[in-house]
Amino acid sequence: MGTPGLYGGMPEPPGPPGMAPRLLEFADELRREGVAVGTSELLDAFDALDAVSWTSQVDFREALATTLAKSQEDRHVLDVLFDRFFFRAVEREAVNRGLIEERFQGAEGLDLDALRERIRDALRAGSDGEMRDLARLAIAAFGRQGEGSGVIGVDVQRIRRTLGLKGERLGAELPDPDAVPRDALAEFEQHVRRELERQMIERTRSLPPAKPLREFDRSLPSNPAQDLSQVHRVVAQMKRRLASHGREHRGRRRSWQVDVRRTMRASLQTGGVPLDLKYRPRRPRRPELYVLCDVSTSVTSASVFFLSVLHALHDQFRKLRSFVFVERISEVTDVFERERSFEAVSRRIATDAGVADVSGYTDYGRVWLEFLEKVVDDLDPRSTVIVLGDARTNGREPHAQVLAEVAERAGRTFWINPEPRLYWNYGDSVMSAYEPFCDGVFECWTTKQLETFVNAIADIKTF
Amino acid sequence: MSDEFQTIEEARKGLGEAGYLADESTALVTFLAGRLGKPVLVEGPAGVGKTELAKAVSRATGRELIRLQCYEGLDEAKALYEWNYRKQLLRIQTEAREAGWEQVKDDIFGEDFLLPRPLLTAISSEQPVVLLIDEIDKTDQEFEAMLLEVLSDFQISIPELGRVDARTRPLVLLTSNNSRELTEALKRRCLYLWLDYPNVERELEIVHLHAPELDEGMARKLVEVVHMVRALDLKKPPSIAESIDWARALLLLGAEDIDQAMLQKTMSIIVKHRTDLDLVAERVGVKLGNGILGAQRAG
Repeated sequence: MGTPGLYGGMPEPPGPPGMAPRLLEFADELRREGVAVGTSELLDAFDALDAVSWTSQVDFREALATTLAKSQEDRHVLDVLFDRFFFRAVEREAVNRGLIEERFQGAEGLDLDALRERIRDALRAGSDGEMRDLARLAIAAFGRQGEGSGVIGVDVQRIRRTLGLKGERLGAELPDPDAVPRDALAEFEQHVRRELERQMIERTRSLPPAKPLREFDRSLPSNPAQDLSQVHRVVAQMKRRLASHGREHRGRRRSWQVDVRRTMRASLQTGGVPLDLKYRPRRPRRPELYVLCDVSTSVTSASVFFLSVLHALHDQFRKLRSFVFVERISEVTDVFERERSFEAVSRRIATDAGVADVSGYTDYGRVWLEFLEKVVDDLDPRSTVIVLGDARTNGREPHAQVLAEVAERAGRTFWINPEPRLYWNYGDSVMSAYEPFCDGVFECWTTKQLETFVNAIADIKTF
Repeated sequence: MSDEFQTIEEARKGLGEAGYLADESTALVTFLAGRLGKPVLVEGPAGVGKTELAKAVSRATGRELIRLQCYEGLDEAKALYEWNYRKQLLRIQTEAREAGWEQVKDDIFGEDFLLPRPLLTAISSEQPVVLLIDEIDKTDQEFEAMLLEVLSDFQISIPELGRVDARTRPLVLLTSNNSRELTEALKRRCLYLWLDYPNVERELEIVHLHAPELDEGMARKLVEVVHMVRALDLKKPPSIAESIDWARALLLLGAEDIDQAMLQKTMSIIVKHRTDLDLVAERVGVKLGNGILGAQRAG
């Protein structure tokens, strides 16, 4: 029942036997996922493997991780790939030798309710070995109920629903007696997925092709609270980077200004002869920033992200004016300046900004008109305008020529869109109308993309 | 006294006896660091015991700990060595008349006139030492580049003297709070260890190790509260050291239970910002008041 297109491939021929070629293969896969594995790191890995026992999977994995993965993100990618790589290696060997595991018999006698209870208990206790067996039982019981869809991801979710398993809600006031820990549930799903894949491979006697990791798998697991602190961390990093950025460029300039006072002081050491000239430090130019942030419902999750970016930017730039908008625009610079904590800022904006008029739908056209009116006298070629929004006008007039006027008066205009580029210009998104007037448009829904953007605006001195 | 760990298990036990409960990866990396002679780069949020690990390694191996605390503007003169120019001047003044300049010149650039700073001390020590380079992310990239020579070849070049090679190989730990991306060149030379906040069980063991008099139920509740506090978006989440401090404080106060009132009184031990205090009181304090944690334990 496997579709030949997806699962038709014969297992790829293994290279020469032995450990070293396998490890090189693994390193290749890591490199394909963007982990920079150098030759010296590989040599270290071999050295490390010499020193630990190969029989313990934990030691083996940790020895590889400590020598090959040099950041938290790399480590996460390595963990995912490690599981997949060695799972595939084992399955490939099994297919080659024609080994078939004994199928679980007696699925008819299974009581779904009893099974449900046992799985819940196991998830709460968090015992790994039991989970794998239970995953098999669950698949067997599920198979009896009806044929699977053939798509593993769908089957996993169906099994989860059939068993009535749900994760604990975060921040729930009262613990739900039916809920199980989230981590354990995710682990159980992983077991079910593995078992389904194993069965699929046995049925089709071939390995599915290795797919690159999806962005979703790559990103670190997180909950909303962590997300926010993650943003704060990246922004804090970016703050430092912006702060140290100006420094590198000092000293490149030919014409330095002599600091007479400091030179005279230094000349005391040499008996009043100014041997050692002191120069005035070159101050990096502080740009003027205008940030417009969409806080409507279509970008709810993104606007928390954006507001925290805005919050952090306020620490960095002296001349920063921030605006939030839905139907109308409202300046919130003083809110950010007065309130230090992020919670207070978002509360104030939610209650006092008064940006939604009647419908609560974004009206970009009107926002541009109002914005231009407010700042028309202040915009000059040194200013940078940043728009954070999805460009969804809800069918209203986009007034792109007004944005063009804003962009013309300002030195640079950037647009950050929280939607993937794929969705731009679908539906009521009018990104293409605005794009020609911006000096750069960025998609930005992960902290990594935020960094890309930051690097772009950190070059602000160069214009 | 054992100088180097022979097995991973030995490393774990050694660290444990030195008062540091190491998980698998920490024990393994510590073991490999000694075995391969490579520096270890330890990264993680503030307060997970990165510096403490270096101290524990030093205690467990019986090696002296040499610490280089990094900060913005740290330079070679403070990290590597400096010429003791006062002493050099004295020497010139006392001897220049009798001996010729040539001889004095050779004299004053000798080891006698060198002020060793942490890196040179670590390298030239007779006994192997543990070198801790703390918060490497606080320095600039130039300093990192300078470290490369020390970390890969364990040698320091002094223009006037020549090359100083390591007499013994120090065990090097670098810590970073990840506030700046370190250079690839530095990372390539190091083993990497990511330390995170421990899970409830592990932290419970740690609290138990450092405040053994605290009873089991209280300790569990304490750790659970600390974990709840860490889950909030705080300016500075509580570190492991702070949960230990809190445990000790509760012991001193003779507290019977952690309820809302007790949390109000003592939470300044784990939370150190005014806005954070408000947030914790609002979110965590209320839950304690309802006795939800107690119910969870009973159920």
